[in-house]
Amino acid sequence: MHRFKRQFLSGPYIIWVIGFVLLPILMILYYGITDSSGSVTLENITAIANPVHLKSLFLSLKMALLCTVICLILSYPVAMILNSLHLKHQSFVVFIFVLPMWMNCMLRVLAWQLLLSNNGIFNTILDTIGLPKLQLLYTPSTVVFGMVYDFLPFMILPIYNAMDRIRTDIIDAARDLGASQLQIFMKIIFPLTISGVLSGIIMVFVPALTSFVISNLLGGGKVLLIGNVIEQEFMQNMDWNMGSGLSIVLMIFVIASMAFMNSHNKDGEGTAVW
Amino acid sequence: MVKKISGRIYLTIIFLFLYLPILVLIVLSFNNSKSRVIWGGFTGKWYVSMFQNETIMEAFITTLQITLTASVLATIIGTLAAIGIQAMRRRGKAILLGATNIPLLNADIVTGISMMLLFVRFTKLGFSTVLIAHLTFDIPYVILNVLPKLNQTSKSAYEAALDLGATPLYAFYKIVWPDILPGVLSGFLMAVTMSLDDFSITYFTKGAGVNTLSTMLYTELRKGIKPELYALSTLLFGIALVLLLVMNIGSSRKNEINN
Repeated sequence: MHRFKRQFLSGPYIIWVIGFVLLPILMILYYGITDSSGSVTLENITAIANPVHLKSLFLSLKMALLCTVICLILSYPVAMILNSLHLKHQSFVVFIFVLPMWMNCMLRVLAWQLLLSNNGIFNTILDTIGLPKLQLLYTPSTVVFGMVYDFLPFMILPIYNAMDRIRTDIIDAARDLGASQLQIFMKIIFPLTISGVLSGIIMVFVPALTSFVISNLLGGGKVLLIGNVIEQEFMQNMDWNMGSGLSIVLMIFVIASMAFMNSHNKDGEGTAVW
Repeated sequence: MVKKISGRIYLTIIFLFLYLPILVLIVLSFNNSKSRVIWGGFTGKWYVSMFQNETIMEAFITTLQITLTASVLATIIGTLAAIGIQAMRRRGKAILLGATNIPLLNADIVTGISMMLLFVRFTKLGFSTVLIAHLTFDIPYVILNVLPKLNQTSKSAYEAALDLGATPLYAFYKIVWPDILPGVLSGFLMAVTMSLDDFSITYFTKGAGVNTLSTMLYTELRKGIKPELYALSTLLFGIALVLLLVMNIGSSRKNEINN
């Protein structure tokens, strides 16, 4: 009897989930498979094969992959070094990496605009030491750079957390039994941090794949990612059916990348970032 | 030794990478010159004009209203939901937790668009639609923070309290609540963080005339950079710094007491 009553407490939330999580997804599916007159069509989804859309999808995948790889290469040593410091206050590490995230994401982009623009700080430095100015803003590399800056903490924190949980006696035991540093890394540290690496990859790859803000502001409209295409369909072309169709394709890619990661995560436990 | 030093150098480079842009913004906010590269002396005038700028102030107030309302409501709904979910049978639990993960894992742009499609059917886009959208992605963070704490609480102590004549509400307040409070607080803070930083979902669910800081900045940055925005950045950074410091000191004190 009592058990039954307690379940009712999640009632408001269940209604909320149905109304504002499931129903909107049904709406996007509905718009995606109909045309503006309301008849069923697959055109909006097959529109991804349109060369312009296909190009932006591949560009997005390429950039997201590149961004994820760079973040991983940068983050893993950071996590190892931080871990070797044996800090007394663990939360301090989290603090340092979370602090920039608390500043509005737009302002972080603003800062890079300032540093990289044609008469910005880097180019002024280049100019004063007599080097030619560089086109640093509005290139595909700038967009990847901006993404790495924005998402780096999402990679560092889960890896650091996973590393922090490794018990030092295991490493000591391996060392006593004559394992080399490389063996310790390959046989103990790396396998035990895989779950952190995987959740870091997901937390970087998915936002990078679907982002449209960074490419808009740092790419200056020249870098057209799939997110930008969808945003334009909704906000400028007012073609909601097309936009929904492309969103469904994007959703499939998100789900696929998550399924891929989950199938490789043998630990079964995700690593929380916080 | 070499390894240690190179490690330190690498860490310093990463910290510079993360904080250099912010440092630049802070320095420029006190620069008495519109130029980005020439130091024209120290001034506080951008702070004055920031507070007089209606666009910035309006967006600032809207952001505070939405963030606080959404986080408080999300904390209430989410905590109740977590208590309910914990009492559920295996299957219902799995389904509801699966649905809880959707807004967390789905792409922001898709979440925003899907909600917009629903909202325009029934109502006009405006303040309330942004609020609903924020609540929708805030609640899961509360649930996921409270649920692990609930699972750690001792069931027998709660049942013993009931056997000794406590009402369920009193027993909950005396026994379960103190245990889950840290989870509720961290859930609340995550909701605040996510609401403050959100752009994509707000962008699609807001109506004309409603702007949070993120969406206001997006329009402003496309128009060109105003020095008032440096002042705003510095102010927000200062607020974040103070809040996080207070939280950290608070939690490490608690740890010391517990130890």
